[in-house]
Parts: sequence; C-alpha cells; structure tokens
Amino acid sequence: MHVPDGFINAPTSAVTGVVAAGAIAVSLRGARRELDERTAPLAGLVAAFIFAVQMLNFPVAAGTSGHLLGGALAAILVGPYTGVLCVSVVLLMQGILFADGGLTALGVNITDMAIVTTVVAYALFRGLVKVLPRTRRSVTVASFVAALVSVPAAALAFTFLYWIGGTTDVSIGKVATAMIGVHLLIGIGEAVITALTVGAVIAVRPDLVYGARGLQQRLKLRVNGELVDAPGAPGPEPAPAPVAARSHRKVWITGLVASLVLAGFVSFYASASPDGLEKVAADKGIDEKAEEHANADSPLADYGVESITDARISGGLAGVIGVGVTVVAGSAVFWSVRRRRSDDTSPADTETNV
Amino acid sequence: MTATPASLAVSGLAFAYPDGHQALFGVDFSVARGERVALLGPNGAGKTTLVLHLNGILTGGTGTVTVAGLPVDRRNMAEIRRRVGIVFQDPDDQLFMPTVREDVAFGPAAAGVKGAELEACVDRALTLVGMAEFKDRPPHHLSFGQRRRVAVATVLAMEPEILVLDEPSSNLDPASRRELADILRSLDVTVLMVTHDLPYAMELCPRALVLSDGVIAADGPTVELLSDHELMRAHRLELPFGFDPRSVPAGG
Amino acid sequence: MGAGHAHRLYRHGHSPVHGLPPHTKLAAVFAFVVVVVSTPREAMWAFGVYALLLAAVAYAARVPAAFLLKRLLIEVPFVAFAVLMPFVAEGERVDVLGLSLSVNGLWGAWNVLAKGTLGVAASVILAATTELRELLLGLQRLRLPPLLVQIASFMIRYGDVIADEMRRMRIARESRGFEARGVRHWGVLAKSAGALFIRSYERGERVHLAMVSRGYAGSMPVIDEVTADRAQWSYALALPCAALVVCLLGWTL
Repeated sequence: MHVPDGFINAPTSAVTGVVAAGAIAVSLRGARRELDERTAPLAGLVAAFIFAVQMLNFPVAAGTSGHLLGGALAAILVGPYTGVLCVSVVLLMQGILFADGGLTALGVNITDMAIVTTVVAYALFRGLVKVLPRTRRSVTVASFVAALVSVPAAALAFTFLYWIGGTTDVSIGKVATAMIGVHLLIGIGEAVITALTVGAVIAVRPDLVYGARGLQQRLKLRVNGELVDAPGAPGPEPAPAPVAARSHRKVWITGLVASLVLAGFVSFYASASPDGLEKVAADKGIDEKAEEHANADSPLADYGVESITDARISGGLAGVIGVGVTVVAGSAVFWSVRRRRSDDTSPADTETNV
Repeated sequence: MTATPASLAVSGLAFAYPDGHQALFGVDFSVARGERVALLGPNGAGKTTLVLHLNGILTGGTGTVTVAGLPVDRRNMAEIRRRVGIVFQDPDDQLFMPTVREDVAFGPAAAGVKGAELEACVDRALTLVGMAEFKDRPPHHLSFGQRRRVAVATVLAMEPEILVLDEPSSNLDPASRRELADILRSLDVTVLMVTHDLPYAMELCPRALVLSDGVIAADGPTVELLSDHELMRAHRLELPFGFDPRSVPAGG
Repeated sequence: MGAGHAHRLYRHGHSPVHGLPPHTKLAAVFAFVVVVVSTPREAMWAFGVYALLLAAVAYAARVPAAFLLKRLLIEVPFVAFAVLMPFVAEGERVDVLGLSLSVNGLWGAWNVLAKGTLGVAASVILAATTELRELLLGLQRLRLPPLLVQIASFMIRYGDVIADEMRRMRIARESRGFEARGVRHWGVLAKSAGALFIRSYERGERVHLAMVSRGYAGSMPVIDEVTADRAQWSYALALPCAALVVCLLGWTL
C-alpha cells in the first residue's frame, strides 16, 4: 500500500500533503492536550510498537501472509490523535530511511494509511462502544468492526485519490473493485488480530486501552487501621451528568448511522458508475483520443494550456469538491472528538503506572 | 519550617491509581537537610508510588509534599524537578541518550544551561562518580555498575537538594556496591534511599522509615528498627542469614 | 538502545556527501524527487540523465552499485502493479509479442517505474550517507514540528529494542513447538502483540519518568546543533538544480 513517487500526480500529492500536514498539526495539539509532556516518549514507543507489529506477518492461507496496518489498533489503544501521529511517524521514517513509499507521495500515504484508517476506526469504535452495553466484550467487538471497516475505507480513499490524480487511466471501476475486494480480505485479518490484541491488552491492563477508560474509586485514608473516605478527594474524573451522557449517545448513534449511509452511498456510486470521468467525457462528446491525450500528459497536465477540456475541468472540479468534502468531514470528526475530550478533565497526571 | 525548611516534608499523602488500586493511605514524615534516610518496606508497600510523588510525577491524590519549603504543585514543577533528583532502579530506562555526555547534559540543558558551562557541569558530575573517562561512550557499552554510576551522575549534574535512590544496590556485584556506597557517602546532599537491602541501608543511613500498607509504620534510628524483631516480622522485613545489626558499626 | 548510532542502511564513510549537513541533504533529495515527479513522462531521455546524476552522487558518496541495487528491491510490489497496468488500462491498444497492451498503460507503467525507481534511489543514497541522529537533527532544522521529531527519535531509539523483544517472544514461542501456520494461530500472534504493546507502553512510561525527573517539560534541550554555510548549501542543491534544468528542457523539447 506504500505509494511510490510518480503514482499520483503532483497537484493531488500537494493537496494531500497539505491535508496530511493539517491533520498532523491537529493531532499534535490533541495528543499534547491528552498526554501532556508524555507525548514524545509514549507516542515514540507506540510508533516503535506499530513499526515492529507491521513486521509481524500472519499467515493467511496457501503460503501467503498479510501484515497489520495498525491504524485501527493504534487509534483504539492510544486514541485518535496519538494514533495519527504514531502511524504518520512510522510512514515518514519508512519513506526517509527505507525508501518505502515515495517522498512526494508522503501526503498520499499519510492521508490514506494514517488519517483515514485511524479516524474511521476510532469514530466507528466510539460509536459502537456508546451503543453497545458497557462490557469488555463490547470493546472487543467494537475493535473488530472498527478494524474491519478501516482497511477497505483506506482502500476507498486510495481509489478516490487515484480517481482524482492517478497517472494512468485504469478505469476507476477496476481500481475500486480490485482495491476494495482485496482489502476486504485484508480487513478481516486486520480485524481479527486487532480485536484479539485489544482483548489481550484489556485483560491485563484495561487502563491502557484508551477507548475503554473506566471507572474510578474514591480515595481512602487508613486511620488506626481502618479505612475512611478521604475528605475532599478531588475525583480524578468527575462523572459526567446523565443528561449529557444521553444526548451524547444520541449524537453518536445519529453520526454512526449517517456515516454508514454515506459510506454505503459512496461505495454504491463507485461500483455502479465505475467510469465517472469517461462517462462525463462521452457525454460531452469528446472522443477517446482527446481524452487519452489529456491523460497521457505529465502530472502537471492540469496546468498545461493546450489540453484543457470540459472533461478536465469537470474532473478537476470533482476533485476539488471531493478534497473539500474530505477536509470538512475530517475537521467535523476532529471537532466533535475534541469537544468530547474537553468535557473530560485531563487524566494525564494520574495516568502514570509503575 | 521557617528558618531552614526540611529538605522534604510529606503529610497526609493518599493516592490511588487510575485502575482503582490504592497504594498510599496517608503518609507523614520529614527529612532534614543533610540527613541520609532509608525508606524500607516489603514489596507492594507503596515505596515506588511514594517516590513518584516526591517530584510531582504522580499527583491528584490528597495530602501535601514540600521540598525545601516549596510545595509540589503545577506552578513549581520545573524547580521541584531540579531540586529532587531521582535515580531509578533500571539505569537502562534512565540513560536514553546516545552518549554518556549527552545523557548527563540532558538535565542541565533542560534547565537552560549552555555551552562551556554545560560542559563543566557534565565533567563535574562525572568526576564525582568516577566516570569522567567514559564521557563519549554509549551507555549500553558500560557495565551495569558503571551505568548505575552514570545514572547517579545524570541526577547530580542538576545539583539537587535531595537525592532519591530507588533500590540503588540491586543487581550490583559486591565491588560495585562498595564503590557506589563510597560515592554516596562522599556527596554532600540529603539522601532518601528506597531499598529492601537492609545491610546496605544500615551501612549508609543513620535513620530509617518503614513503609507498610501505604502508611509509615515506624520511624527511628536504623539500628533500633532493624533490631526490633517484632516490627521486622510484622512488616515482612528480613535480615540476611546471620546478620546482626547490633554487631555492625552504625552508618554515618 | 543501540539504534542511536547506526542503522542497517547507513554506510560509514568520510565522503563529501557524508560530510554535508543533514538538512541540506534532506532538502536536496526532496527537491530532486519533486522535480523528477514533475517531469513529463514522454521525455524519456530526461530520466536517463536523472539516473546519471544520481549515479554521480552515489560515486561521490562511495556507495557501491550493488548496495544501491539491492536496496531498490523495496520497490518490487509496485513493479508488479506497474507490470499489470498495460493489461488493464483503457484506451488505444497495440500488439506486442501477441499480447494486446494498452498504450496508455505502457506509458503509465513506465511513468511509475521510472519515477518510483529514481525516488527510491535518491532516498537510499540519503539513508546510506546520513546517520540516524543526523537525519533527526536535519528534520528539526528543516522546521518539522519538534514534537514530531521527538516522536520519531524515540521511535528510532527504541525500534530495535522492541523488534528485539518481538524476536525473543517468537523464539520463546518456537522453542515450545509453536509455529504459526494458518488462521488458527492468529490468536497466539495477537496475544504476543498485546504483550508487546504493554511492554512498549510501560517502557515509554519509565523513560518518560526518567525524563521528567530531569526537568523535561515537553521540549528536548538542544545539546548539539547543525548548521550549514552557503558553500555546503550550494553543493547540496547542485543536484536538484541540475535536475530542474533537465526537467525544464524536458518540457520545452
């Protein structure tokens, strides 16, 4: 999935670069708020963990094996902000050190594999945890679903980017079918491993699972061998008012349904109307030759003067709208997540365990 | 606490971890400037939890900790962490920089010391622990005893008010143990030594505290505490076979 | 913790390329790749010139060709993808050796192969001539957010440690007769991953404690700094500038 240089054209790479930079900036701020000065060592070690886990091959069948992408796992274990940071850093280092993934394609890779997987997985995970009963099994189930969806979601995002800025005009239908088909399979593996891993962590250190932060007990003082309630103990996390909890629940269910409907609609469109760009071209009466000429040009063809056609304009417009929608949707998710976070008091001080 | 405030004063300290496990149930004690005090207690008594309160790494419970008159809270955190030097049990976690020099420089540099002054600071600290010639070596190429000494140097470089050592003698061979004891005795700082190595505590610390079940169960001269069989048994403290605290010259 | 000094891709040396400040090298490689990606794919000769430019840099850096070529293997998955392109792409088709191939697909495959390979080669030369710590200092110098640089530096410092732990766990599994062969064994692998996460996280906490105890408050103190003078910058930027000339020629010719 690591996209090399030259696979996606320059303008799209630049736009995804900006999107990635923006998301990383938001995540830096978010992680900082959650983890305080613990951000660097903890995110660094979790990134090292993700890096190591990506080397953990799991056998699938008939001699083939897959490896974990880790976006969903990171999001559930350490939260969306830190998750985005960890996976992004892994991708950055893979690009610079191992030449795995092109430097100019860094934006594409980060948007696709760090942001889309993490945000989709976390939104879905939180939604399910809110809806399902408050048990550990629910957390495992939610992790399974979140990871299962996150991988094809990344494939879909890649298809979308390819549709906007691919340098070869393989029909979008074929790309979508191949990408999503393959990644559904990979998603099952990712989901099983993610759910089992989260389950294994939650069995030993439930406090480490970001998505399942739990209940607190009141402090006691031992006075002459007897336990009494500590006076004025500032509860590390004041229980949110039930009313607020209920309204949050409603918001979450609505959001979940909306995003599922949206996802369904998008994938339906992608499969039912595979050749969006070509269809537009045919409607406009541009013959195949002209269309091919426009596409056969270099990545900077968009800026070339000679071959601007209605198809290009509409294609570009679609791209701009698409990226715009992505940005708006992304910021909406970040905004809502941030709103939620700021309702909780910072647990950073009391988190440290030895 | 007016003229010369105690190096360390802890009162009414209670704390529970986020997972609900409560480790401290109201701890009270104080350590005067220049004292060397051993903090003894069985596994799980809350020793490490207490240590982490001394420089404000753990907060959020009840009670207060003051260091040289300065309360440990968010506003004073930078100053507190400069004044309380904690040497952790595993030097590998403490030495996280690529070379000994950079590791020792980390603390003073974080406090804003630069250039020649920083170098002088590093040299001074390394000389105190006899590791000056290992300055440019990577920490993981040193022996365990050497690494522990460098870990002490990383803390000394910050010129702390009080040195807190968590199990300083663990994993050391007898010679390294002796060297570390000599170094600690030669330093002119307040020392709080958390350990269950009782002979080591007696050798170095005239006074001892017993932490048990999250409270201070005893406070007095180390020799007396170690000779009190009743107390020792009650708090799961055991001397090595054949060791008689009365027969050994007390530390000082 | 041994990762602080060298990594598998680094080749120790004292060549002029090794000696350049890291941030100039990073900037040069990035600019070079951008220029390569912006070159029209029809200007096939331009890619040949780029390859020669890189070969010259590799020669100056005394990076052996075998080393460079071996590292290029990282590209293989995408080569497979590129090979498929002529078969699946749309548009006009030609017959080559009895196979019906898409012209556009052929161009696309060439485009990805040429640009991808040049990108990988540039990154490999960078990694081969720059120490990890230097790379991080360079990234910091290039105004990457400091927090991101710190995360990257911790990831690198402890990456080997954690990979080692993973290897030890695998050896422990295998010495008890377990070998992951299929879907049935995913559970065991996941348990290992869970344990690995807990170990990593707890080590992160311990390292953090050690850091804050020495006054860390969110930013790494600057102990060593890298600087570059005008001459070093111009050496480093010679590569992307030459490439830019080629690229412009490629557009006009």
